Amino acid sequence: MSEQSTGKLSRRKLITTGLAATAGIAGLGVAARIAQKYGLIPPDHGGIYGLGETLTYASQRLLTRHSLAREFSRSQISKPPFPNEMAPPSDAFKHLQSGGFTDWRLVIDGMVARPSSFSLDQLKSYPSRSQITMVQCEEGWSYIAEWHGTPLSHVLETVEVLPQARYVVYYSIEPDWWESIDMADALHPQTFLTYGMNGDVLPVGNGGPLRLRVPRQLGYKSVKFITHLTVTDNLKKFGKGLGSAAPEGGYAWYAGI
Amino acid sequence: MTHWITTLCFLALLVSGLEIVISHPRFYWGETGNDLTQPLFKLPIPASRNFVPTGYGYVLPDQNGWSRYLHFQAAWIVVLTGLLYAVWGLFKGHFRINLLPRKADLARRAFSNSIFNHLRFKRPSEEEAWSYNVLQRLSYLFVIFVLFPLVIWTGLAMSPAFVSSFPASVNVLGGQQSARTLHFFVTIALVLFLVVHVVMIFVAGFWGRMRAMITGRVAIPTERS
Repeated sequence: MSEQSTGKLSRRKLITTGLAATAGIAGLGVAARIAQKYGLIPPDHGGIYGLGETLTYASQRLLTRHSLAREFSRSQISKPPFPNEMAPPSDAFKHLQSGGFTDWRLVIDGMVARPSSFSLDQLKSYPSRSQITMVQCEEGWSYIAEWHGTPLSHVLETVEVLPQARYVVYYSIEPDWWESIDMADALHPQTFLTYGMNGDVLPVGNGGPLRLRVPRQLGYKSVKFITHLTVTDNLKKFGKGLGSAAPEGGYAWYAGI
Repeated sequence: MTHWITTLCFLALLVSGLEIVISHPRFYWGETGNDLTQPLFKLPIPASRNFVPTGYGYVLPDQNGWSRYLHFQAAWIVVLTGLLYAVWGLFKGHFRINLLPRKADLARRAFSNSIFNHLRFKRPSEEEAWSYNVLQRLSYLFVIFVLFPLVIWTGLAMSPAFVSSFPASVNVLGGQQSARTLHFFVTIALVLFLVVHVVMIFVAGFWGRMRAMITGRVAIPTERS
């Protein structure tokens, strides 16, 4: 048995490698432009983990744009329902809570033809839907509940979203708690403005009186105590420009994984 | 080359995976599990989140954010590297020639000989330095074609978006928490392989093997070559 030859770097090899590298770089450039055009680049694509995040988000958008989150049977609903720990609500919240949330408002503005403000009763007068889906936390725990609400797509229809809209930014009444989703998730039939759970009103521990449920992403995208939605074509203007509070705190913007 | 990228990614996945696990060091079977449900088992460690009832009055530092970014990035790199390796391996006959056990090796006598030599930590002979013995072949095949696919599958089965398109991927595992628990067990199997793998390199002579792995050559004393 003889020693394996490593071979000298021949001119031909050098030229083909050079050509391949040039083609590769050009290819990457073209790919990046196409990806940008079709909305396959997440807002937190910068930094050392940008590659992984972009691959994940782009793959999911190509693969799962219209897929439905798994739904379960009533017998699979977690008992007791799991209210996960949260920071004590702010004074603003407590004030509205003492009034039975009658003064709770959801403001929708930004790229919409008719900026509006909705009371809970108004939202409840819209077509009501239910889904039995899982909340999955980034930590590893999970629970299943039946959620009652109105599809966000329906409310967005009534305020008439402008055609150039690309994202919906949503805010909790709690300070510094805001997230955003792309239109694929915003118009998704399972994305609910949720006001009820397991046949009752939505408990405060689970985000009552109003929570945006995004069941195809981890729990932290389902922001609790929603008071404000902004429709936009660009996330750069919000916060540090990373898309939402999650990447500012070190977590991925896209949490569908 | 693919080996060292895999090594680096595996270590990154291991460290970040451990960081993610300590935010909820409880494991369940079925679809769901949380602090209010009975766990299958708990790791005897404190958690990095203060509301997990671990029984320890101590909360570990929380490193979940970058750990998750790193975990998925390393997963992408190692999966793409693995695909490259698999295509190359099939194309060049690497799996068939170097990894598929030879018939003679599987005969009872040869096989038990091989096990016996292993148990005595006998250093490989010069002939053996060029190829893999039967136990190596079997364990490498198991890692490449069973453990790696399993760890990728159980990982994907935890992704809410992925399972929305491929619900069967998690349903056949018995649920999302089952997938998480299996992901943990497969990781342990991979770590055990890694430990044995590294110990064997030392038994075979660390520097010689390292040189061989990096350059693809085997240094043979005197008249050979």
